[in-house]
Amino acid sequence: MPVHHFIPDDSLVDSLSDDLSSPLKLYPSKPKKVYVFGTCLVDLFYPEAGMSGVLLLEHAGVEVLFPQDQTCCGQPAYTSGYKEEARSVALAQMSLFNEEYPIVVPSGSCGGMMKMHYPRLFEGTEYDQQAQEFSERIYELTDFLVHVCDLPLVDQGEQTKIALHTSCSSRREMKTTDSGKALLKQLKNVNLVEPEKVTECCGFGGAFSVRHPEISNAMVKDKLDHLSNTKADTFLSSDCGCLMNIKGAAEKDKSALTLRSGEHLLSFVARRVGLIEGGSE
Amino acid sequence: MNTTTDPFQERSEAAVKDKKLRANFLSAMNGLMEKRDLAFDDKTQLEALRILGAQVRQNSLVKLPELLVELETKLIQKGVQVHWAQTPTEAVDIIQSITLKEKATKIIKGKSMVSEEIHLNDKMEQIGVECLESDLGEYIVQLAKETPSHIVMPAIHKNTAEIADLLHEKTGIERKEDALYMTEQARLQLRQNFMEADIGLSGVNFAVAETGTLCLVENEGNGRLTTTVPKTHIAIMGIEKVVEKLEDTAPLLSLLTRSATGQPITTYFNMISGPRKEDELDGPESVHLVLLDHGRTQMYQDDELLDTLRCIRCAACMNHCPVYTRIGGHAYGFTYPGPIGKILMPHLEGLDETQSLPTASSLCGACAEVCPVKIPIPDLLVRLREEANHPNAQSSNVKGAGVKRRGMEPVIWSMWRWWHQGGTRYRLMTTTLSRLRFLQPGTLSPWTNTRTLPKLAKKTFHQQMNARAKK
Repeated sequence: MPVHHFIPDDSLVDSLSDDLSSPLKLYPSKPKKVYVFGTCLVDLFYPEAGMSGVLLLEHAGVEVLFPQDQTCCGQPAYTSGYKEEARSVALAQMSLFNEEYPIVVPSGSCGGMMKMHYPRLFEGTEYDQQAQEFSERIYELTDFLVHVCDLPLVDQGEQTKIALHTSCSSRREMKTTDSGKALLKQLKNVNLVEPEKVTECCGFGGAFSVRHPEISNAMVKDKLDHLSNTKADTFLSSDCGCLMNIKGAAEKDKSALTLRSGEHLLSFVARRVGLIEGGSE
Repeated sequence: MNTTTDPFQERSEAAVKDKKLRANFLSAMNGLMEKRDLAFDDKTQLEALRILGAQVRQNSLVKLPELLVELETKLIQKGVQVHWAQTPTEAVDIIQSITLKEKATKIIKGKSMVSEEIHLNDKMEQIGVECLESDLGEYIVQLAKETPSHIVMPAIHKNTAEIADLLHEKTGIERKEDALYMTEQARLQLRQNFMEADIGLSGVNFAVAETGTLCLVENEGNGRLTTTVPKTHIAIMGIEKVVEKLEDTAPLLSLLTRSATGQPITTYFNMISGPRKEDELDGPESVHLVLLDHGRTQMYQDDELLDTLRCIRCAACMNHCPVYTRIGGHAYGFTYPGPIGKILMPHLEGLDETQSLPTASSLCGACAEVCPVKIPIPDLLVRLREEANHPNAQSSNVKGAGVKRRGMEPVIWSMWRWWHQGGTRYRLMTTTLSRLRFLQPGTLSPWTNTRTLPKLAKKTFHQQMNARAKK
């Protein structure tokens, strides 16, 4: 027996207002130059991921500009409820990328902050328009490599099995979940496997993992189990927060030894195509 | 950051360690997520329907004062007695006075989260009136002397074995881990009570202003019995539940049942439009509606926080929340748990009473992704975190705003701002940190209880890019 749900007819769908629906994602044509925003976690803990991103962009024939005065996107203060502090730091960043080039970020989370939350942060202030224009130029780096650079990758590595952790912000804010997969699928010796509950959060959430450690621990342990169950040689993430969290849990839990070499997606890709040397960290 | 003295912290830590509880929730939520997914097989239609649902609710909220007046007028015309309560105490007083007037001693209840919100059962017991829950889940929870742990499935924290034990101990029936058997037995026990009760008390899923209709969504038939058998029916609802037109209920119902349990439709959809008429054989002789505010006008007055009132209580946000799945509903300590509870309870009870709720989220966004009426829950959590830190925010009228602005936290964030506002000072600090990386501690509680700390890099990304530029 067919089940009849209430289904809006086309005239209703057409009349829906734009403000409640997701904006269409638009990509520019390949530019000569881009700005890279490094993020504070990349800067202090995972510079290799940032360098790999730069090398991959250059490999695609794009010149990289790196304003040395950049610091942090402001997300830690914003999500902790310190909007004024976040605004000051965000404003300092917005003043540094003055040419019209796209701004690419090796993190879904910081990218999400700059693309989705800057306009909210400055709504109704004198920087409203500037924040809007700035946010429109933000791209997540893997997404930019796939959709704008059309980067050809020749795999030079051995056969390996990889599990990819997709972050909540790349999934739900930047909507770039498929970009990491698309890059990895170009590598012919890489067997990409998807862990169970791939859409579930790893439990990092910035201050959440410190304020509510028990809940966060339970989440990261389950995430680690799902990643380990894939029997992958290593796991990758394009978000340093998730990486810190899951890699930290894997290193602490000796039973998950196969996953100890978890690393940033960009470092992995750069190594596979011979842009950087050595094993994983 | 103090992480040990807060009651939410204590309850959630205990819940995380309760392996049986976690297993019960994990399995139940997995099942519910799967059912919802199957119910919305066409993702484009789902998205269109969500937008429509959000618009219907938003439209009702924009016109809320007018629609409430219209609802009241239409209901009075149909013989329904309408009461307004600003606080839970006022709502309880209204219900108690009806009970006294009717000389009632026994109330049979259909499922109502608003009655949980005002802690009605305890308050009625204090004046010697028995309230018996007739929804199966609520009945189980009541037998266990507990409160619901989920807004749609109140006893979801218990597995079949636990329920079999409970029914055996409390009602004396034979212990059988058989859901059908237990349901039948509970049904027999409840049936007599419908006949004996003086008053039936129910919630309201949607109240239609245009027609003066109270809609009640349910599966077990207890809602129908509650609202028709006893000679008095009292319905209670939050003021936000009103919709403009009868046709508004169609998309909302479709979204509600599929989001909640994956059902295309429920067994019963009751539409109540007043007491028994002269020529009618059954139905209550009198019908009352209690309209409860309890912090809702506070949300209504703020363009952003207003979104919270769109909620149709489907619990999809709970079912998909990785935090709720691991701690369960009771750990929150308030009537409405999960993501919606974290943005709703601060209004109902004040931020001073609910300080930990807005922080207890990784902002993963799963809740907003499944919300049938597109409530931007993570954004509202961030907003409430901000409210908790800023006592003098001009726009704020949330009770308890600013309660968390104390101690070292604001000082730390001021320092953080100073550090990240200027490139030169930032580079000086990070370069120094990298040079002193050998001094980096190996542990940093509580982070390192279950994780190792990431090592500071020898040369920062800034330094490496700078060196490259100089080549």
